Amino acid sequence: MKVTFYTGALRKTQWREFGVRFLFGGLVTVAAGLIAKKFGPSVGGLFLAFPAIFPASATLVARHAREEKEQAQLTGSKRAPAVAALDSRGTAMGTVGLIVFGVLAWKFLPRHNTALVLIGSTLVWFCVGATLWWLRKAIRTSAWARRRRRRTA
Amino acid sequence: MLKEILFRFLVGGALVSVFSLLGSLFKQRSFAGLFGAAPSVALATLSLTVRREGAPYASFEARSMIAGAAAFLVYACAVTLILARYRTSTLRTTATSLLLWLALSFAIWLAWLR
Repeated sequence: MKVTFYTGALRKTQWREFGVRFLFGGLVTVAAGLIAKKFGPSVGGLFLAFPAIFPASATLVARHAREEKEQAQLTGSKRAPAVAALDSRGTAMGTVGLIVFGVLAWKFLPRHNTALVLIGSTLVWFCVGATLWWLRKAIRTSAWARRRRRRTA
Repeated sequence: MLKEILFRFLVGGALVSVFSLLGSLFKQRSFAGLFGAAPSVALATLSLTVRREGAPYASFEARSMIAGAAAFLVYACAVTLILARYRTSTLRTTATSLLLWLALSFAIWLAWLR
């Protein structure tokens, strides 16, 4: 259940792909500000949790998976959505952290130092997401081990 | 006004790129996926809003963000289910499901925040 780094992914990712994410991120941030200005912070705040780069990044993940399969002379039409689904499952766990981030920012921003609240909330976001990911893995691994023991017994 | 828009664009774009870069460093796909729900737009917007409009205004925005994040959770679960079960096109599935996020976040806003 070790989480491993893979710097080779950076070499695989084209700078154009980061450019797409930069563009989407910038546009959504501008849109959130303009919506808040036009309709007030209550509506504008909804867009702080808009899935800004998720469609773009999931599509890029699927494209990389398809290209890997195509290099092995396979179509990758089944593998690509399966890999994107894995990415999306992780995102779902991250959204639970995002809810906690929102609660912390809501409660602590008016009374505490902004930088501290935002950095602390970001750390909590990561811890919540990572803990959920680890818990799911641990539950699945132990269930798999139980099934295996039963089969060998 | 134009200067502020440009500043927001640069800060938002930079934060989204940083989180996306961090996510691409992890080998496990599902762990890297966590960064798809990074609070990048929220960090950019809230820090700029506190400076311009004050902390209570930003706190009010953060309260609405909870509704958006809850809708994001349902959206991500729906996308996972559709992609895993039906193996549909990733772009089409993630893009059309954005309507689900929009409908749900406004429904939560109407029920809880209006």
